Amino acid sequence: MDQKKTTLDLFNNVDLATELRLGLPGTDNQPEIIKSSLSGNKRTSSEMGSSTCTDENESRFSPPTKEQVVGWPPVRSYRKNILQVKKTESEMGSGMYVKVSMDGAPYLRKLDLKMYQSYEELMKGLQVMFKCIIGLYFEREGYNGSQHVPTYEDKDGDWMLVGDVPWEMFISSCKRLRIMKSCEARGLGDC
Amino acid sequence: MDPAATGVTVAGTGADPAKTTMFPEEFLKRTFSLINSDKDRNSVSLVCKDWYNVERMSRRHVSIRNCYSVSPEIVTARFPAIRSVTLKGKPRFSDFNLVPDDWGADVQPWLNVFATAYPFLEELRLKRMAVSDESLEFLALNFDDFKALSMLSCEGFSTLGLEAIATHCKNLTELDIQENGIDDLGGDWLSYFPENLTSLEVLNFSTLTSEVSFDALESLVSRCKSLRVLKVNRKINLEQLGKLLVLAPQLIELGTGTFLEELVSGSVNGLENAFSKCGNLVTLSSFWDATLLHLPVVYPVCGNLTFLNLSYANIGPDELEQILSRSKRLVRLWVVDTVGDKGLEAVGSHCPLLEELRVFPVDPFDQQLGVTDSGLVAVSKGCPKLHYILYFCQRMTNAAVITVAQNCPNFTHFRLCIMNPSEPDYLTNEPMDEAFGAIVKTCTKLQRLSVSGLLTDLAFEYIGRYAKNLETLSVAFAGDSDLGMEYVMRGCPKLKRVEIRDCPFGDSALLSGLTQYESMRSLWMSDCNVTMDGCKKLAEEMSWLNVEVIKDEGGDDRLANKVYVYRTVAGPRKDAPPFVVTL
Repeated sequence: MDQKKTTLDLFNNVDLATELRLGLPGTDNQPEIIKSSLSGNKRTSSEMGSSTCTDENESRFSPPTKEQVVGWPPVRSYRKNILQVKKTESEMGSGMYVKVSMDGAPYLRKLDLKMYQSYEELMKGLQVMFKCIIGLYFEREGYNGSQHVPTYEDKDGDWMLVGDVPWEMFISSCKRLRIMKSCEARGLGDC
Repeated sequence: MDPAATGVTVAGTGADPAKTTMFPEEFLKRTFSLINSDKDRNSVSLVCKDWYNVERMSRRHVSIRNCYSVSPEIVTARFPAIRSVTLKGKPRFSDFNLVPDDWGADVQPWLNVFATAYPFLEELRLKRMAVSDESLEFLALNFDDFKALSMLSCEGFSTLGLEAIATHCKNLTELDIQENGIDDLGGDWLSYFPENLTSLEVLNFSTLTSEVSFDALESLVSRCKSLRVLKVNRKINLEQLGKLLVLAPQLIELGTGTFLEELVSGSVNGLENAFSKCGNLVTLSSFWDATLLHLPVVYPVCGNLTFLNLSYANIGPDELEQILSRSKRLVRLWVVDTVGDKGLEAVGSHCPLLEELRVFPVDPFDQQLGVTDSGLVAVSKGCPKLHYILYFCQRMTNAAVITVAQNCPNFTHFRLCIMNPSEPDYLTNEPMDEAFGAIVKTCTKLQRLSVSGLLTDLAFEYIGRYAKNLETLSVAFAGDSDLGMEYVMRGCPKLKRVEIRDCPFGDSALLSGLTQYESMRSLWMSDCNVTMDGCKKLAEEMSWLNVEVIKDEGGDDRLANKVYVYRTVAGPRKDAPPFVVTL
């Protein structure tokens, strides 16, 4: 051991060179990182006799996918979660999911506002989702000739009639949607 | 000085040795009260019995870096006057889900003893401890002087626990909740701070997900004139942030809320104005959803920043360039690898004072993204003072790391994570041995090292031979044989913490560390080749070590799949769950 002198030529260590494994990933070492529910899969070949090892044997020589390794790479769960969520958001083009309730319906739905380019499309989407008829929007009279009126809660917490403001402004301020029954909504449409 | 007055004996006076004391107790007390570093106090206590006694009576802060290395009874018996406790529990690999739930590190047994022994406890800093809501409530109710609570990477509590703290801690100066496994039940815990609480200096709730009452927050910030650290969560938007800044221009550290908002130009000016009044701001963090649209509001303070934490913001190289070109005084920088090599070139160009860089991966499994060897080299070229690096990358070369070592010989912390396990040098296909060899050979001050990539026993031989100041070592998917670990255990005299996973190190390697374990804090080995017999042997040799095996369900009984070895004066754990076997 002490024959290696101080002028360590990092690239010229003849003795150890023969012991270096220059194999590509996918050779012996590599497959050992596969995690199954069985533990300790770093066994030597002589111990590979038992039947439970046949599965391990096969998996030993298939290239591992990174997803299979527990706790790797070493990033704290908290950080992993927030970064993953953000990545998914950007993949979806920053989808804007808002809750949608309809008076009388037993549960709420969720809707991605980014899927729509205009109020017309949104209304169509709502009508399909809730199997209701919302009707046409009139600037003066609100939604005429229908049983249902779409409203939304804006950033300030106020309930507004859907359709008054430009679409872009609407989607940036809409926090949630509520489809009200016309009879209840009367107050909103009156100016 | 008259020797008689100070009680110092002078050689040759013939004074009775048995009656001589070195210094009067009062003198020692006064002197020791000026010594705050734990290390220094530990040294002081070793000088002689008198010094030990005076020191232990005057110690105000104790750091217990492994909660099972000592019992609360022993701690309180030795140090009766503690006001501040730092307590760390689980092995670090618990952060990466390698330790089962309910493993332990419960803070309650400590609180039970402290309630009687340290009724005047003021500060509690917890890391990787299991903390329940009941414990938080117990803390809030039993320590009238309680001032500062900090929790990092803890789990088991919810916002209900925070409600208890807010309600009952009348003198609270610090509430610092970071990256914990917290059950965020919402419920507006912040509103529980009473109207007459004005003592808050540090408030960090950046990692809580639910909304808090902005009115309550505004009122709190407004009346706590000594507030110097404020880190809000993602639910606070820019406009609200602006309002808070106007109320607290004295802030030294700020964690923003979300940048996702369409601001009217009036608001943007208002925000810029608010930032420009914060002349003391040196740390900025969070930056959720930041884009070039509203990033400029922080430009007024960039010139003063020493720490910029962008690790929650998926910004690209252009955004980073804009900020960094204005932040010439930066000492510490945390980013996400979405900034790419181009972003790191900007780091090298603009941050000559940089000492610490951390680059986190946005998506560990996507080969296309991220940073590479060239980014790392670029930083090392432009930042000669760099001594701390944490770098997640998809690929690396030996040549790059060798260059980095030459450019930055002062590394104290070198943590390189090549995300594909056992990945070789992508240009030469060789192992990464020479890379880490260069680091340990050149960086003589190296204290902490995390290795990755394809590594043979040679890498460990280098570490054992050169890394004489190494204290913490993390190894994964590396090495060829027991020799690897043996090199390290025999060669590195200052080892404190060693954590190893998925390496072909067996019993012989485990036992090679016998002489080291006495001075080490802990050893973790998982998915290696260690057997129960090997562990038993180790336990027999060293009685003051706890050799614990965490059993997996199924699996071979002869194997010790997860081994945690640590020195202790408290004996075997009394609270060990059934799957933890102490040998």
